[in-house]
Amino acid sequence: MAEVLVYVDHVDGAVRKPTLELLTLARRVGEPVAVALGNGAADTAATLAEYGAVKVLTHEAAEYADYLVVPKVDALQAAHEAVSPAAVLVSSSAEGKEIAARLALRLGSGIITDAVDLEAGDEGPVATQSVFAASYTTKSRVSKGTPVITVKPNSTAVEAAPAAGAVEALSVSFSAQATGTKVTGRTPRESTGRPELTEAAIVVSGGRGVNGAENFAIIEALADSLGAAVGASRAAVDAGWYPHTNQVGQTGKSVSPQLYIASGISGAIQHRAGMQTSKTIVAVNKDAEAPIFDLVDYGVVGDLFDVVPQLTEEIKTRKG
Amino acid sequence: MSLRIVVTVKYVPDATGDRHFADDLTVDRDDVDGLLSELDEYAVEQALQISENSDDDVEITVLTVGPEDAKDALRKALSMGADKAIHVEDDDLHGTDAIGTSLVLAKAVEKAGYDLVISGMASTDGTMGVVPALLAERLGVPQVTLLSEVSVGDGTVRGRRDGDAASEQLEASLPAVVSVTDQSGEARYPSFKGIMAAKKKPVQSWDLSDLDIDEDEVGLENAYTTVDSAAERPARTAGTIVKDEGEGGKQLAEFLAGQKFI
Ligand SMILES: Cc1cc2nc3c(=O)[nH]c(=O)nc-3n(C[C@H](O)[C@H](O)[C@H](O)COP(=O)(O)OP(=O)(O)OC[C@H]3O[C@@H](n4cnc5c(N)ncnc54)[C@H](O)[C@@H]3O)c2cc1C
Ligand SMILES: Nc1ncnc2c1ncn2[C@@H]1O[C@H](COP(=O)(O)O)[C@@H](O)[C@H]1O
Repeated sequence: MAEVLVYVDHVDGAVRKPTLELLTLARRVGEPVAVALGNGAADTAATLAEYGAVKVLTHEAAEYADYLVVPKVDALQAAHEAVSPAAVLVSSSAEGKEIAARLALRLGSGIITDAVDLEAGDEGPVATQSVFAASYTTKSRVSKGTPVITVKPNSTAVEAAPAAGAVEALSVSFSAQATGTKVTGRTPRESTGRPELTEAAIVVSGGRGVNGAENFAIIEALADSLGAAVGASRAAVDAGWYPHTNQVGQTGKSVSPQLYIASGISGAIQHRAGMQTSKTIVAVNKDAEAPIFDLVDYGVVGDLFDVVPQLTEEIKTRKG
Repeated sequence: MSLRIVVTVKYVPDATGDRHFADDLTVDRDDVDGLLSELDEYAVEQALQISENSDDDVEITVLTVGPEDAKDALRKALSMGADKAIHVEDDDLHGTDAIGTSLVLAKAVEKAGYDLVISGMASTDGTMGVVPALLAERLGVPQVTLLSEVSVGDGTVRGRRDGDAASEQLEASLPAVVSVTDQSGEARYPSFKGIMAAKKKPVQSWDLSDLDIDEDEVGLENAYTTVDSAAERPARTAGTIVKDEGEGGKQLAEFLAGQKFI
């Protein structure tokens, strides 16, 4: 069976969930061979094996953290030469898409970004994409070279499938471009203790209707009662009420949780672009005409300052 | 000293319009109004700010690859304050994908001459966010992308990139390709004076032969990806909407419990 390269997103050896989703999808197309780079690369192997990696190619070097994007492209290219895979899968983070694009160009391959599903086809993997703010669903293929495909987080349920996960050192020689863009400083994002926005099963978001940074405590309390991540509309972010890392939408994160709860958000096309593929959508808005109500499975027309705290209390009571 | 900035801007169908596909599964550009991609306004803005903060002679060229109407996008950028414009237009470009677009942009940027390329974070229609990285790969210069803050001085570009896990400070020597996000600072509105001045600014047109690009390197037939089908997403089935009369939160909890979320 053909091999499929899976680029591993990890933090010091801790594998992030979207990579497990990639392994799950990769198995539909071939045998997953994982590529883990940088500090802690070898520590990823046990987890990757559990989710189906037959091999884990690792390489540790300071370049991966000290320079932007290109060292990782060099490594993936080396892995491609070593393996001759049927496809390369990368998760759709901002960096993931850039890595994938440059790799595709070097390989003379086409690239598909932001796939939400992947299946085997007669002419190679077929990717499903959701376009124009999720108003259309397309199916496409890479028609030249080794398909390079980036997949959105939360596109599939993770399934374990134990495999060998044999660790092999990858040999990488860095290109002249590798050290072009130096990372001169790095401030890690402070952990809130809540789930990652793009990985969360439930996302609770607030918009302009929340009306102040201090009021976001109401949104956070609801999120915590459900074990959810917190999101915000761009209006709330631009007002300085909540960090940009939590913005949902076209120029923020694209989320696809089981449940999305929007409070005080009107539902502009750019916001919808980032949440419309959520399985169940719920909204609280005092304007019955707000476009967000076109999307909902359940909507409450009302003041969020009444409805949301009552909801939070009721959830706490029910959970006991 | 002089600094030549090329800003790449895309002409896109209005996101608030009813966007759909043409029969050949390319983006239908006839039925929806087009405009300068809002996210590229931020690129024009940063170019103007770099120019205003610089002691050097800065020349800002805006570049687009697109159909006849894409001139509107160039005019808007010129009226914001860019100095001149280049329009790459050729019938053979119809249906070109990101890989092909980056080739055309790279050749055009090289022909124009540049020290710095500034792009938007993503186009509002394709939303791939890969063209700047592809352009840097093609040009063989550093990519300093997705910046929420950018500055240029002493032949070096510096910026801040807010990533998923960390916020990074980046640095590279010129020439380089930069892309900026919508966090980089509100884009200015063209002034009346700017609009009038833009009418007199030069817009050059180039076709594929001007760029030594073969017609079999671009266009729909030569794309690296194939769209097999495009289906309108079925409208979501109408949900239940209740008016809060004091019990709205509890009713919502009941719904969530019924869906097994509680
Ligand atoms: C290029 C571009 C990219 C963009 N990217 C994004 C993006 O990534 N994400 C994003 O979100 N937006 C994005 N936008 C902005 C988008 O167009 C909207 O402006 C934005 O989503 C509006 O946010 P909002 O719904 O919070 O605010 P509004 O549209 O002002 O809506 C506020 C809502 O709150 C309701 N409300 C007010 N008070 C209460 C109350 N007490 N109780 C209940 N309801 C109340 C109101 O009825 C209203 O419906 C982008 C725009 C552009 C041009
Ligand atoms: N046809 C085009 N003409 C000029 N610039 C473009 C074109 N396509 C993409 N770009 C630039 O590349 C950026 C990212 O586009 P994309 O990768 O398509 O999301 C845009 O913000 C533009 O700056």
